[in-house]
Amino acid sequence: MSDPAYTRDEIMTVTAARQLRDGAVCFVGIGLPSAACNLARMTHAPELVLIYESGTVGTRPTVLPLSIGDGELAETATCIVPLPEIFGHYLQRGRVDVGFLGAAQIDRYGNLNSTVIGDYSHPTVRLPGAGGAPEIATHARAVLVIMKQTPRSFVPRLDFRTSCGYLSGRGARAASGAPGAGPRAVITDFGVLRPNRETEELELTALYPGVSADSVRAATGWPLTVAGHIEALPEPTPADLAALRELEARTRAAHTRPIRITLRT
Amino acid sequence: MSRVKLLPLNEAIAAHVRDGASVALEGFTHLIPFAAGHEIIRLKVRNLHLIRMTPDLIYDQLIGMGCASRLTFSWGGNPGVGSLHRVRDAVERQWPQPLALTEFTHAELALGYQAGASGMSCGLMPHHADTDLERVPGANRRTVRCPFTDRPLTAIPAITPDVTILHAQQIDAEGNVLMRGIVGAAKEAAMAARCVLVTVEERVERLRADMNAVVLPSWLISAASVVPGGAYPSYAQGYYARDNRFYLAWDEIARDREAFTAWMQRHVLGVRDHAAQLRALGVAA
Repeated sequence: MSDPAYTRDEIMTVTAARQLRDGAVCFVGIGLPSAACNLARMTHAPELVLIYESGTVGTRPTVLPLSIGDGELAETATCIVPLPEIFGHYLQRGRVDVGFLGAAQIDRYGNLNSTVIGDYSHPTVRLPGAGGAPEIATHARAVLVIMKQTPRSFVPRLDFRTSCGYLSGRGARAASGAPGAGPRAVITDFGVLRPNRETEELELTALYPGVSADSVRAATGWPLTVAGHIEALPEPTPADLAALRELEARTRAAHTRPIRITLRT
Repeated sequence: MSRVKLLPLNEAIAAHVRDGASVALEGFTHLIPFAAGHEIIRLKVRNLHLIRMTPDLIYDQLIGMGCASRLTFSWGGNPGVGSLHRVRDAVERQWPQPLALTEFTHAELALGYQAGASGMSCGLMPHHADTDLERVPGANRRTVRCPFTDRPLTAIPAITPDVTILHAQQIDAEGNVLMRGIVGAAKEAAMAARCVLVTVEERVERLRADMNAVVLPSWLISAASVVPGGAYPSYAQGYYARDNRFYLAWDEIARDREAFTAWMQRHVLGVRDHAAQLRALGVAA
């Protein structure tokens, strides 16, 4: 088989973007989620409403922000609200359809760790921490997760549970009173995992062209269940790839532009 | 006549930021008071309890230079880049000294400021589902029951910094201060504090602010300093953009103790003030 005309990272971002329907209200995490959400807005979902935790609502950046609070997000937003409002009025009040998150570790029930690797008091790696993720994971009607899949990131046991997925599965999340439904899909660089309806354990449900189920099992730290029917995910279209590559090129140029400050006295 | 004392920044910091104080330099990605933080480093203030939602590079620098013994925060990374290596070195290897952590989620910390700003002993929010955040040492949240519905709620204690320091766009002749753009929890952090210090891009006769703009009345402010570029490498909407190139470059500088110390020596300790630093960095003419 010849090499595909796209990278694994590209098909992952394009596949993640396709999970978002036009018109949805989406609370966006920085990094991979931000790329997928903006690609969706620039392709099939022009009315997608993007909210960043910096308080920018309905933002339409032309380049990807490096931080969640770049000026580009403020300048292109419908409105900018203070931080207590973005979490209170928008998220907690139930106005967010989809929360889009990444993490350092995920377990078989879609619980996420972004706090520490190792023991909390004596960590091997101190990660950035919670940010907005625990509330997004709790209150968004549904959650999408995008992560590269390795045995170190898809683990049998989290070193720390920062944000809830389905907790211990089999209805534990619903019983906890969390208003949102939990992770609907986990998009990786191999394919897509979705929760089993009964057990709520993540199962492999879709694969990219040329990727085997065995290779996904090898990249997963728990014995991964493969669904009875595996969907064959389509390749990115030339239009998707062009939109993504142009977005990334614009972003690279913007992030290396020198800053000049006038010192008024 | 201004009701606010306009002071040179080093005098404002020396007068109000004492060893052992709890200090919040706020500004959510935008309007981060870098110049004020660097003045704290130059004045060698010690044993601070630093409070900030997103510690960002300014707390990486303060912590790496040994100014702090405690950090209260909700997300401690270099946004879009990776780790804050100096924060990590302090937490993982106690360099240059141990750093006690109190960590919240963004919504919780903003709520703590709001409670402090409103004279409440705590703030309430919906309980987020079961996580390990409640179980860590230093965790400072409680689950209580709503007296009306009996539903579980999370209670966050009021956060009341001794000093909150903000950077803003403008101060007018009376000393009123205007912020526009992304404001994060800056207003709440200021209203929660016992003392508010402000740096601004410029002094104008009159703020041409919209009616519902974020304006801090002069009588809330203890001291103000005019520091053009005072948020750099963060940004001031309407004045200059975030230097994303610097945020990317910081990863390499901060990764190594010696490279970090040399950078701080050259660009913070070794310069007179923020304007000199900006000129040396080639950012200002």
